[in-house]
Amino acid sequence: MPLDPSFIGRSYPPSQPYDVSREKIREFADAIGATSPAYRDAEAAKALGHRDVIAPPTFAIVVSMKTNETVMFDPELKLDYSRVVHGDQSFTHHRPITAGDQLVSVAHIDAVTSRMGNDMITVRTEISTVDGELVTTAKSMLVVRGEDA
Amino acid sequence: MTDTLTHRSPEAGTRLPDRTFTITRHDLVRYAGASGDFNPIHWNDRSAQRIGLSGVVAHGVLTMGLAVRALEDWAGPHAVVVDYRAAFAQPITVPDDDTGVTVVVSGTVTDVQWPDRVRVRMTAHLGTTKVLTRSYAVLAMRAG
Repeated sequence: MPLDPSFIGRSYPPSQPYDVSREKIREFADAIGATSPAYRDAEAAKALGHRDVIAPPTFAIVVSMKTNETVMFDPELKLDYSRVVHGDQSFTHHRPITAGDQLVSVAHIDAVTSRMGNDMITVRTEISTVDGELVTTAKSMLVVRGEDA
Repeated sequence: MTDTLTHRSPEAGTRLPDRTFTITRHDLVRYAGASGDFNPIHWNDRSAQRIGLSGVVAHGVLTMGLAVRALEDWAGPHAVVVDYRAAFAQPITVPDDDTGVTVVVSGTVTDVQWPDRVRVRMTAHLGTTKVLTRSYAVLAMRAG
């Protein structure tokens, strides 16, 4: 059954704050082989003008995906997560995510479409500090593969 | 610092050095843990095949994370990525062996808004198959 387009425009309640740690950033940087000292060494990051270690640009997925699970597993949406593949992704950084940030995210459903038996859903996640400073906008388009697609 | 991007004055049309990245099952498991993306299509052949994939596939954002290294290593630590996007044109099937697959990443500068913004179009190929499309990144230069 196709996803219900009336979900377009729906927003979800803000997530619990996510505490960004140096160690999680390092773990993520290791997993993608990112070597910049700004991801690993607080002194090096400060010398580059950052408050602390910064995160690689794709790190925001750690924060946004946690939030987007609220959408994926919204029982009213009836989305079959076992058939989901990632279609496209964007990250707009107002500033780098930085160790010590406490981030709150809000998920919005921007689009729901169907094509050739597949459903596509675009979730925009606005990531801000607990003090309300907008840090990153992450947009994920997910494809729910149809049974016969 | 003499070898920062600022000093190299890139122009539209400048090509980044091509980079190759290998992805193995080990990388997928590690990335799953680091990212929190435990979708079984990234570690379980049966789950992947159930939805019509030939086997376990790489996380799209892992591919993005590898591709952007080509950009970061070229630009140096004074640049930060302020915008980055990609469409996952084809899934990257990662075989259950020790060799994995090799992805080739290229980038071309498409726009320079001097002094501090550089836009780069990115592509990634697996053999002749384009795996990242509609991909670009915008770098902002920091003082230094």
